[in-house]
Amino acid sequence: MIEIENIHKSFDGTMVLNGISGKFDQGKTNLILGASGTGKSVLLKCIVGLIQPDEGRVLYNDREFTHASKNLKVEVRREIGMLFQGSALFDSKNVQENVMFPLDVLTKMPNDEKMDRVNFCLKRVGLEDTNKKMPSEISGGMKKRVGIARAIVNSSKYLFCDEPNSGLDPQTSIMIDNLIKEITEEYAITTVVVTHDMNSVMEIGDNIMFLHKGNKLWEGNNQNIVHSDVQELNDFVFANKMMRGLKEKS
Amino acid sequence: MFIANIGKYFMFLGSLFTNRESFSTYFKLIVEECNLIGINSIVLVAIVSSFMGAVTTLQTAFNLVNPLIPDYVISLVVRDMTILELAPTIIAIIFAGKVGSSMAGGLGTMRITEQIDALEVMGINSSSYLVLPKVIASLLMYPLLVITAGVLSMVGGYLIGVMAGIISPTDYIYGIRFDFNPFTVVFALIKSFVFAFLVSTISSFKGYYTSGGALEVGVASTQAVTTSVIAILFADYFLAQLLL
Repeated sequence: MIEIENIHKSFDGTMVLNGISGKFDQGKTNLILGASGTGKSVLLKCIVGLIQPDEGRVLYNDREFTHASKNLKVEVRREIGMLFQGSALFDSKNVQENVMFPLDVLTKMPNDEKMDRVNFCLKRVGLEDTNKKMPSEISGGMKKRVGIARAIVNSSKYLFCDEPNSGLDPQTSIMIDNLIKEITEEYAITTVVVTHDMNSVMEIGDNIMFLHKGNKLWEGNNQNIVHSDVQELNDFVFANKMMRGLKEKS
Repeated sequence: MFIANIGKYFMFLGSLFTNRESFSTYFKLIVEECNLIGINSIVLVAIVSSFMGAVTTLQTAFNLVNPLIPDYVISLVVRDMTILELAPTIIAIIFAGKVGSSMAGGLGTMRITEQIDALEVMGINSSSYLVLPKVIASLLMYPLLVITAGVLSMVGGYLIGVMAGIISPTDYIYGIRFDFNPFTVVFALIKSFVFAFLVSTISSFKGYYTSGGALEVGVASTQAVTTSVIAILFADYFLAQLLL
């Protein structure tokens, strides 16, 4: 489980996060939802330690991370897998080398074991025959899947996904969403997904935290999000015609 | 701003040596970087240095019109200019243009595409993992490039001098060996280590702290070359003042 307590962050006097607190449960897909520019990605970066918050703290299974020593931070980070918005695959390495990278650098696993693990993870994300392909030779959806394989190859306890289906077609988006949910449940990972995609919310939103202008306005799940009385959330959820239609029907 | 950047640069240098990965990880990366930095630069260095020696021979001969000055002075001038200045300094400027811009561009692209963040999230010290091998490979390969450039420059001078009938082969060899001070080679090698360190660290620093998009990567590459060249020229002056 990950807990965040009173996270504040400003850039050049502009407040981006205003005292965000919450819990992300193990084995659940936890969503941070909000419109563009509401501070979702900044919050995610504060949680993984890429940005130091001005105030507040993050706890990984009761281990204080934000103000931890370098060694403890490294220890926690080695339990983290992250899927970036643009996949962040290493251009100079092929698919197999990308997925094997955390094992190469962070473990002393023998080569044949590493190879087995890589093949297992690639099979798990449905990319058995792409080992030797370079990132430039595969599609956006495949890159995301390679990113997921790389994130879970080291048996991560925590999985973070920054807008996992941005730039993908609806079918591939659903496939990526389902893959994240399956992996989360299968390996009992604590997964945090940043998204502004309502399809993702309805598909995989076990726990949802809604941000608006740096404030947490609502918390719930994909069952009760459509019954919220928070105006900003309703404006966001029912921004498109289809969702408005569903509301009118219900 | 300038002072703040200098401070940030020294902190960046410090970060290269903290939370390092295993030696075997670095060894593989250093070999890869040696190939990229050294082997891939040999052709350019060979072309530039051969022509540098050839042109120096022609121009020295053009200026030495007094019949009282023996011909071997031409190759003596070529030798000293090559070892003291042309091989370490001119090749350093070319090194900054080719290798420095590539380092800054590569790291800048990794930064804007979140590849550096990916390393950090994995618990890897990205500056040490990405930059230290480049610095070590530069320190290993650049002196070798300078030695290659020095030899090829004198060979270029010999070929053009002999073929154009400016100087006889015997006079050229005599001039190359005449009153040779081995310290000039030591001086050239000291300069090459300093220049390699400056180019690799400044270029990596510029690339590593790139923010924005493709435009900023281009700006970082340009700044890497400009700053490296200025640093080379200052270091050249101080080393000459200090050691000669």
